[in-house]
Amino acid sequence: MADSNVLIKMEGVKKVFLTDEVETHALSEIHLQIQRGEYASISGPSGCGKSTLLSILGLLDSPTDGKYELNGQSVANLSASERTRIRNREIGFIFQAFNLIGDLTVYENVELPLTYRGTSSTERKQKVEHALQRVGMAHRMRHYPSQLSGGQQQRVAVARALVGDPLILMADEPTGNLDSRNGEAVMELLRDLHRNGATICMVTHDERYSHFAERTIRLFDGRIVEETQEAHAAS
Amino acid sequence: MDPLIRLVNLEKSFDAGGQKFHVLRRITLDIQPGEFVTIMGPSGAGKTTLLSILGMLDGGWTGEYHFLDKAVHRLNVKQRNELHKANIGFVFQSYHLIDTLTVYENLEIPLSYRNIPTKERSSIVCDALDRFNIVGKKDLFPNQLSGGQQQLVGVARAVIQHPKLILADEPTGNLHSAQGEEIMDLFKKLNEAGTTIVQVTHSEKNAAYGHRIIQLKDGWVAGVEMTATAQQA
Repeated sequence: MADSNVLIKMEGVKKVFLTDEVETHALSEIHLQIQRGEYASISGPSGCGKSTLLSILGLLDSPTDGKYELNGQSVANLSASERTRIRNREIGFIFQAFNLIGDLTVYENVELPLTYRGTSSTERKQKVEHALQRVGMAHRMRHYPSQLSGGQQQRVAVARALVGDPLILMADEPTGNLDSRNGEAVMELLRDLHRNGATICMVTHDERYSHFAERTIRLFDGRIVEETQEAHAAS
Repeated sequence: MDPLIRLVNLEKSFDAGGQKFHVLRRITLDIQPGEFVTIMGPSGAGKTTLLSILGMLDGGWTGEYHFLDKAVHRLNVKQRNELHKANIGFVFQSYHLIDTLTVYENLEIPLSYRNIPTKERSSIVCDALDRFNIVGKKDLFPNQLSGGQQQLVGVARAVIQHPKLILADEPTGNLHSAQGEEIMDLFKKLNEAGTTIVQVTHSEKNAAYGHRIIQLKDGWVAGVEMTATAQQA
């Protein structure tokens, strides 16, 4: 089956918000497929629906209409606890503001997604250490976030996203709070992870970084207006 | 009464290009149980560094730090970690909630780092949801809440294990004034119920909620004053 490689499949997805009796169409008629092992970037001006789309992809929000299948499974009729389970296990999130907790150590922050799963402590330790090694932060395990630079904090956040071996990494403006040197380094890290097999879906409004992905999806006013496949993405 | 916190000649400095740069200078300070203390001063005065050291999140300082009956300066990183987790709750300017976890799950985080059985956890979390009037929000994600509500969850998480001390770094810095006042009123109630609080703020109004203001300047304690609230008490 050719379809078995499709990780994400959206058909006719719509999102309508009702505010003060005015309907706002945040997303209209989104058709989108992402294959296993792909690195897709969603770009467009602010307010175009990027973050809404990522929230729906990440099961943080539901569409008003349309179909969404993740890993061959329709997510429409899942119970709240099933959605939570899939979100916590199958999706690794990376945010603009890092989302680390200041009074937990680097190690504890990375361990967080595993504490909800009943993973044994020996296995947790192994996974946390491995994830920190992959992002080059194993030597800062006992530090607290405030003792790290922004770029280092984002590397830790990437390790936390990776630690549970998710099906897909979802990154929302991962370089938004970083200077260009640190931003570049985080983008190189994501590219390396992709080369080692990770599926990545990234939202960015920064044109400098969307070219790191092999496929660019442009949104405007809640619609996909353009798709480009970068021939040189791997270079 | 023994102080909750005693600092004696606490210093912090780092080397920048062969030059020694001082962040905190000979800080000697007692904080009593039940006090509500505010640290103020210009940017770069060392306020946040001092708060991080009090919270045992920062190392590399010299001098003495006594917390309860423990000499923190003699403890290793692991022991400090256990000590702050058992006794200190943190409130951050930017809330530090996890966006992919619901309100309920965010409140559960501090409990997952102690060996508390699941059943007991849920009763502790439900109690906090009740206490802070956020039962109706328990299944929402942080970005579905206003800033004030997010910080309410931040405070609820900080106090979920009834810490002896709350450390708050510009807790209302990201909030509108009405939301900020709600959070400050909440701190006041927690303090009246016996929790010691140390906050860092630029706001005179927030400082007035506390008993004592410690002014820092260039890493030195440049002044200590009692507030009107303390004189009434």
